[in-house]
Amino acid sequence: VKIGKYIRLDVSDGPDELARVSEMCDRLLANPVIEEYRIVESEEAVTA
Amino acid sequence: MRFGVVRFPGSNCEQDVIIACRYLGLDVGYIWHGDTDLSGFDAIVLPGGFSYGDYIRTGAVARFSPVMGEVVRFAERGGPVLGVCNGFQILTEAHMLPGAMLRNRGLKFICETVPLRVERNICPWVDLPDSTVVRIPINHNEGNFTADAETLARLDANGQVVIRYCEPDGTRAPGGSAPNGAADDIAGICNERGNVFGLMPHPERVVDPEANGTDGQHFFTSIVAHMAGV
Repeated sequence: VKIGKYIRLDVSDGPDELARVSEMCDRLLANPVIEEYRIVESEEAVTA
Repeated sequence: MRFGVVRFPGSNCEQDVIIACRYLGLDVGYIWHGDTDLSGFDAIVLPGGFSYGDYIRTGAVARFSPVMGEVVRFAERGGPVLGVCNGFQILTEAHMLPGAMLRNRGLKFICETVPLRVERNICPWVDLPDSTVVRIPINHNEGNFTADAETLARLDANGQVVIRYCEPDGTRAPGGSAPNGAADDIAGICNERGNVFGLMPHPERVVDPEANGTDGQHFFTSIVAHMAGV
């Protein structure tokens, strides 16, 4: 059984954005003690 | 000696801690989660409840409350910090204690009074003889403590495992005695220094003999005696 969370964040393009999102995952969005995360970048335009 | 009980949005056991302390004749007051001044307090309690609605994970958001920076510094100076239930969850999320909480084995919220065994430990919050069995209620959905094998071994070797779930006679069942599935039957641990203590059971609910018994009294009075050098 695998239970997960899908979190979608719209962030602006920038050289530091990936590092920033990684930090958000490490500090809040995931608890590295019990959870693994994967960041997937998408070119999809933001419509929501 | 004055206790300070932090009130986060969604805390719901802070009044129980206040009432328990007052019943025991201890000086106690509230601390708002937005405050950053802990002066005047000699021990800090992070109470049970559902801080920030348990969003993301239990304790994950409370960790970023303004008061928590001060609580970390208070602990680093050796100040005693107690985390009960959600308070324990906050302490692990803040990395003030190792490990993390998973959902209970069986995925059900558990609310019952359980037997617990005091282990040989270095924690001044619980000055009871080794193997003393106490009965204290648990009331949680995420109390399934977990940590890697190395951390569990280190906690055990250092005397950082303060209390374990057990059978009524104080023994541990071969398949584990933790109703929530916690690793190594762990119900409460402290940091390497001993001053930061987190536990899932609610000792504040068992201090009055007319309401559930007195097994929780030591979890508040031990630290007072320790601080007074008794």
